Amino acid sequence: MNANNIFQLDGEDIPFRSGQTIMQAATHHGTYIPHLCWHPDFAAHGSCKLCTVKVNGRFGSSCTTEAQPGMNVENRTAELDDKRRTLLQMFFVEGNHFCPSCEKSGNCTLQATAYELKMMSPHFDMFYPDRPVDASHPDILLDFNRCIMCSLCVTASREVDGKNVFAMGGRGILGRRIHINSESGKLADTDFAATDRAASICPVGVILRKRKGFAVPIGERKYDLAPISAQVKEAAP
Amino acid sequence: MNLELETAISPEKLRRVAIDPVSRVEGHGKVTILLDDDNKVHQVRLHIVEFRGFEKFIQGRPYWEVPVMVQRLCGICPVSHHLAASKALDMMMGVKQLTPTAEKVRRLMHYGQILQSHALHFFHLASPDLLFGFGSDVAARNVVGVIAAHPEIARKGVLLRKFGQEIIRMTAGKRVHGTGSVPGGVNKSLAPDDRAELIKDIYQMVAWSREAVGMIRNLFEQNLAEYNEFGRFRSAGMCLVRADGAMDLYHGGLRARDIDGNTLFDHFNYGRYWEVIEEDVKPWSYMKFPFFKSLGPDEGSYRVGPLTRVTQCDSIPTPLADKEREEFMAFDGGSVTGATLGYHWARMIEMLHAAESIKDLLHDDDISGHDLMATGQRQERGVGVIEAPRGTLIHHYRVDENDLVIRANLIVSTTHNNQAMNTAVREVAKKYLNGREITEGLLNHIEVAIRAFDPCLSCATHALGQMPLEVAIVGADGTVIDEATRDHRGLTHEIHNIP
Repeated sequence: MNANNIFQLDGEDIPFRSGQTIMQAATHHGTYIPHLCWHPDFAAHGSCKLCTVKVNGRFGSSCTTEAQPGMNVENRTAELDDKRRTLLQMFFVEGNHFCPSCEKSGNCTLQATAYELKMMSPHFDMFYPDRPVDASHPDILLDFNRCIMCSLCVTASREVDGKNVFAMGGRGILGRRIHINSESGKLADTDFAATDRAASICPVGVILRKRKGFAVPIGERKYDLAPISAQVKEAAP
Repeated sequence: MNLELETAISPEKLRRVAIDPVSRVEGHGKVTILLDDDNKVHQVRLHIVEFRGFEKFIQGRPYWEVPVMVQRLCGICPVSHHLAASKALDMMMGVKQLTPTAEKVRRLMHYGQILQSHALHFFHLASPDLLFGFGSDVAARNVVGVIAAHPEIARKGVLLRKFGQEIIRMTAGKRVHGTGSVPGGVNKSLAPDDRAELIKDIYQMVAWSREAVGMIRNLFEQNLAEYNEFGRFRSAGMCLVRADGAMDLYHGGLRARDIDGNTLFDHFNYGRYWEVIEEDVKPWSYMKFPFFKSLGPDEGSYRVGPLTRVTQCDSIPTPLADKEREEFMAFDGGSVTGATLGYHWARMIEMLHAAESIKDLLHDDDISGHDLMATGQRQERGVGVIEAPRGTLIHHYRVDENDLVIRANLIVSTTHNNQAMNTAVREVAKKYLNGREITEGLLNHIEVAIRAFDPCLSCATHALGQMPLEVAIVGADGTVIDEATRDHRGLTHEIHNIP
């Protein structure tokens, strides 16, 4: 690693390898930058905008901005966290996120991020979109109510599983949604399998193993053990 | 059942008194009373003014989500719904027998719930009426007044409830709305540290529960005539019993007796409950009126809950509670077994039974076992019945081949008691209100009768001590004659005479 490859993140020295993004370097170092659509195993998507930081005073997505020596990056400032909280509130009202009865509760990136950023209410009017579930597959349930359009399932299915089961389609907040690549539009009519990488990639409660909900007791779920900001190393590339 | 005051012949000529909302009960309801110019009562109705849509919006959801979702019906006894749904889905999964650890953990959770719910009702909601008098000063007739006048009683009530809530937290993960019970079993057993913690205090809880039984017995001894006659009426009843006829609050067959104590059905398989129970609807209430099919809607209403369970079981399978049951049954020649206020006594006997059962379970090593789940041959439907704190609770689901719920039917405890509560308030209205000037104290008598059943009117969270109350007496020509108000703190009552 080049000794000059260091930038400042909230006053802390962050070393990086050439070609790494701010997000990759920070995650490798163990510093949390809030994010939803970024995953260390895949190329950055840059769509959720939650990882927006200020680079030398200008806004930029940390998952797509390459780290440069001497950069001054602001991350967990009141101003940025306030904007992130607003983004989260919009995510919550765009879908149907009912944490009290959701089996992903305690293991959900969206919920954990909302706790991290101290989101206390949805603030905006709920959209209550009509998004029917797809329960056709024998092993997997798709509950689109909770989709945040991160595209990770699309990428994982295409790049790792080589199947192209999912695709993003439609326009507008209510029109845009995940489509299933089969004649019927049902998951049962694809070659999707519970062992696929895409089956375990969803950061929220859309792609679920059937008949396994609530198997892990409260207190032992991922984010019961530590807040999301304290589990950065696990996501390190 | 008393239907004579259900509908007045000429309501347009009568004035209306409303208790809206009824306070110190779970949920929201109101009572309307129609009186003539001489204050003679012509009509009394307990209305449930909330509408809940759980049976509808659970449709289309995956079945394993149901025990966690439907418990949100209630903030007081969610464990009942959590367990009844789990039992129904056990049946749907074809699980005929849970593992010993799973059944005992669920029972522990349930007894913890019975303990906390009964303690809440007796000490927080009912004791102000019983300790200070039904028509006593309203400024003190609340839990704050109990804390001031009887701090030791209030403290025990708080700690009993807390102990029950801790059991729920340790078995379900949270004090309210946990996830411990899943279709086919449980997701955790009792941790050894938690078990040791509970064992430390359980003997005190048993002792305090015994004291509570003694306390309500003393109140009966001191006010026997009034307590025995208050809202008294004859009623049929239904509850679960164990195969040997003993009380079992978690599982068993249905036992029903008619108004004369004759058996209508016994050890009936609750998986076919619709063969013996039907639901009637009335245009003035959102709550249905269940009845025994064999007796029809007019004669077939019945009571559920502590009074029915304690009087209809052959025994209670814990020694201290069974001894109290025997004394209760024999007291004053058995007169209390038919008294509406007998519910309070029976409820405390059940609290003692719950405490003793908890003690036994804590000393059973299965409670910390590791074999948590059972499997079976999948069925299309499942029915789960449990004796919730307030009475028999029925959950019924049909699930399609894709694991989604396509039909749900819930008959909650308070629904079974709908007609019984209406009858009780009519009896009280006839005796205490007829021909008298309406006062807050007199109206509270109506609420005392409702509270005896410990109804959960919405199966939702409640606003203890903070419910505003407005009562208006409207003349036959529509003018307001009298008005009573209580502010949001629930502490003040004023009667204004409007010229």
